[in-house]
Amino acid sequence: MTTIDATARPAPGWTRVLPGGSYAGRSRMLLLRSATAARRTWPAIVSGFAEPVFYLLAMGSGLGSLVGELPGPDGRPISYAAFIAPGLLAASAMNGAVFDATFNVFFKLKYNRLYDAMLATPLGPVDIALGEIGWALLRGGLYATGFLSVMAVAGLITSPWALLALPAALLVAFAFAAIGMAATSFMRSWQDFDLVTLAVLPMFLFATTFYPLGVYPRPLQILVECLPLFHAVELMRGLTTGAVHLGMLGHLAYFVVMAAVGVVVAARRLEALLLR
Amino acid sequence: MGDGLVQARDLRKRFGGFEAVRGIDVDVAQGEVFGFLGPNGAGKSSTMRMIACVSPRTSGSLQVLGMDPDREGPRIRARLGVVPQLDNLDTELSVRENLEIYGRYFGLPRRHVRAKAAELLEFARLTERAEDRVEPLSGGMKRRLTIARSLVNDPELLLLDEPTTGLDPQARHLLWERLYQLKREGVTQIITTHYMDEAEQLCDRLVVMDGGVIVAEGSPAELIERWSTREVLELRFLPEERPAAGDLERYAERVELLPDRALLYTADGERSQVALHAAGLRPLSALVRRSTLEDVFLRLTGRTLVD
Repeated sequence: MTTIDATARPAPGWTRVLPGGSYAGRSRMLLLRSATAARRTWPAIVSGFAEPVFYLLAMGSGLGSLVGELPGPDGRPISYAAFIAPGLLAASAMNGAVFDATFNVFFKLKYNRLYDAMLATPLGPVDIALGEIGWALLRGGLYATGFLSVMAVAGLITSPWALLALPAALLVAFAFAAIGMAATSFMRSWQDFDLVTLAVLPMFLFATTFYPLGVYPRPLQILVECLPLFHAVELMRGLTTGAVHLGMLGHLAYFVVMAAVGVVVAARRLEALLLR
Repeated sequence: MGDGLVQARDLRKRFGGFEAVRGIDVDVAQGEVFGFLGPNGAGKSSTMRMIACVSPRTSGSLQVLGMDPDREGPRIRARLGVVPQLDNLDTELSVRENLEIYGRYFGLPRRHVRAKAAELLEFARLTERAEDRVEPLSGGMKRRLTIARSLVNDPELLLLDEPTTGLDPQARHLLWERLYQLKREGVTQIITTHYMDEAEQLCDRLVVMDGGVIVAEGSPAELIERWSTREVLELRFLPEERPAAGDLERYAERVELLPDRALLYTADGERSQVALHAAGLRPLSALVRRSTLEDVFLRLTGRTLVD
């Protein structure tokens, strides 16, 4: 009989998880699962398309007729609709990803015990985190593609740089999904989801989606500049209007860090919750 | 001893200040059906989770299929089938998809899982419900589907945590029949249950757990032989005519007085009854029955209610 000393267990965290236990490299099977399930729930997914389009119609055309033109990111005047459209694009990437990574993940975690079932297979917490975040990303990306098409048809895209808005939207969706899933792992009941709304809705309204940063006094500007949606809006607005500059790499870096932190925290928390 | 599918030595599991499993030794051999019996909170499920490689042990040694769960969890899980205490079917998928997608989690190719799902639907008698969603299925159907799902990877070791809790007798008997079929096919099974008839029906060998330790071990017959008598004489008396335990002890090896009955553990219930009658004791009713695992269980784990 070979006895293995339990104290000789490998170090905790990523080092332990990645090679040996927590990642089977099969997170695409979760995408397959989500896609199979989505064949029945597509109306809910399609409704996510409509929301930013409604905002664009109401605000861009309605309110826009009163506002007229606004200075764009490079100072040249652009129509109000062209100003808010990239903001709505960023917000739809955020909303799609956050919704999927919070409500849906919480339901599977606590009520369906779906992840417990998955962990009885060779899949590990990292597969689950990546698979679920990946699906939220796809959903966010789907919304972004739809909305970009609407923007193109409405003549609100004035630069070929706008093609890069799609990969940028995917990164934004990935980062929001990762943070959303990490946050969900700390939630105890549905009441805690009010906090999600409390984080997402003010960001949507105040993070320069509908008007430029200049309207705030400087201290408030600094606060807004810390918000993730602000960086997403800056990215999208620069790309769709062609006001591209090196500083945008900073916005990208913001989301790369956010995504990395989200994935690590989500995977660790899943492990702590499910592999007790 | 190296050919056991599961081998635990001084296995322990601690949750904060509470030690759920307090040093158990377990050996499960190839092809046998092994049972964990015990009241709620005895440490059965914690033990099962450690064997299923979804709960790291606190200390002690554990080998499953010859490997260490801490190091090779995914490789072990690839060869296990797990039926959890509570069904965790995927309610967003159909019955068939539940089997097919689950098979894909094991990395099995699409064609293989498609054929396997059809076979398992037959096995679980669910072919007619294959395209339905999971939610409207009855409890028995869901349980059968959960068991079918656990077989999608042709496991060498099947872990069943209270497989028939909450099922009606028909559904239980159908499940037993399926589990027996699997046993004949050579699938090793580990079952937790607190139904004694289930343990007697299914298990070749079992351990009784209480308070995180193993209090008895053996085949159902061995346990009855060791911890009980061949027969039990159950007597009911009018409250005012109820004799003291001391008055009954001469007629049995062991006497247990319950609020409503007196239990006389004896090799020959009939003889004890005749002797009682001769001594002028007149119970309201008397019943001679064979000892069951339940008698063993209650003797070992007590009659106090555990929550």
